Amino acid sequence: MDMPIAAIVVLAAGTLAFRLAGPLFRDRVRIPPRLEDLLSVAALVLLFALVVTSSFAGWARPAGVLVAGVLAIRKAPFPVIVIAAAATTAVLRLIGVP
Amino acid sequence: MAMRSISRTALRDIALVCVADAIVGASFGAIAVSGGFDPWVPVVMSLIVFAGGAQFAAIGIVMGGGGVVAAVATGLVLNARLLPFGFAVADVLKGRVYGAQLITDETVAFALKGRDARERHDYFWVSGLALFAAWNVSVVVGALAGTFIGDTDALGLDAMFPAVLLALIMPALAERRVRVPVLVGGAIALAASTVLPAGVPVLLSLLGLLARPKEA
Repeated sequence: MDMPIAAIVVLAAGTLAFRLAGPLFRDRVRIPPRLEDLLSVAALVLLFALVVTSSFAGWARPAGVLVAGVLAIRKAPFPVIVIAAAATTAVLRLIGVP
Repeated sequence: MAMRSISRTALRDIALVCVADAIVGASFGAIAVSGGFDPWVPVVMSLIVFAGGAQFAAIGIVMGGGGVVAAVATGLVLNARLLPFGFAVADVLKGRVYGAQLITDETVAFALKGRDARERHDYFWVSGLALFAAWNVSVVVGALAGTFIGDTDALGLDAMFPAVLLALIMPALAERRVRVPVLVGGAIALAASTVLPAGVPVLLSLLGLLARPKEA
C-alpha cells in the first residue's frame, strides 16, 4: 500500500487554503448561505458513498456494516457501534462465511 | 491568550469530544497500518491535514485500489466545507492566522456556542488545541497498535472503516434535505462501482446533490 508524501502534502495544502480563505479575505468576500449548505451536504454525500463502496466484499463485511448502521440509528455509543461491526464480521468469518 | 470565560460545563463537553475523537483517531491509525500503510503515513497526514473525514476517505480509496489522484480529489471536495467555516470563525483568528489549521467541524461548533467575542475566542482555541493534541496522539497510538495486529481480516477490522464513517454521518441523516441526496448519491456510487474503476464512483456520488429537495 503506497501513499506518496507529495499526495499528502497536496491534500494538506488544499485543505489549508480552504481554512485560510475566511480569515484572510472575510472583509472582501461573503459566502452565500446556499453555497455553505451545498458544501456541507456534499461532504455527507461523499462520506456515505465511501461507506457504500467500501462495504461490499463477500458477506461478512457488509453484515458488520449493517449491524453498525442499525446500532447508529438506535443511537448506540460510538465505540459500541465500531466494535460490534468488527465483531460481527470476525464471528461470521470464524464460522466460514467469506 | 487569557482563558477566563470557559465554564466547567463547556470544558466537560470539550473533554468528551476529545475522548470520542481519540477513539476515531486510534481507529484511523490502526486501520491505515493494518491496511498496509507505513506508520508514518497516518501520523504525518493527521498532523498536516488534520481533518478526520478526508483522512479516512484518502486512505480508504487507496486501500480499495482507487488510486492517489481520486483519494486526494475526494479529500479536497470533503474539506471544501471548511471554507465557510473559516469565514464563520474569522474574527476569532484575528492576528493569529496559524490557528486556521485548528478549523474543524467540532471546533467551529464550539466557537459558535460562545455568546460574545471573548467566549468564541476561548472556546475555539481551547477546543482546537485540545482536539489537535488528542487526535494526533491517538493516531500515533493506533498506528503503533496496528503494527502488532496480525491477521486483520480475521478480526473484522476491514468492517471498522465503513462502520466509523456510518456512525459519524448517521445523526445528520435525520434531516430529509440531507438524507435524500445522500441516499441517491450512495445508489449512484454503488451502481457505478460495478462498471467503473475504484475511486471514481465516490466522486460520481456528488450527482446525488441534484436530488436535493427544494426548501419549503
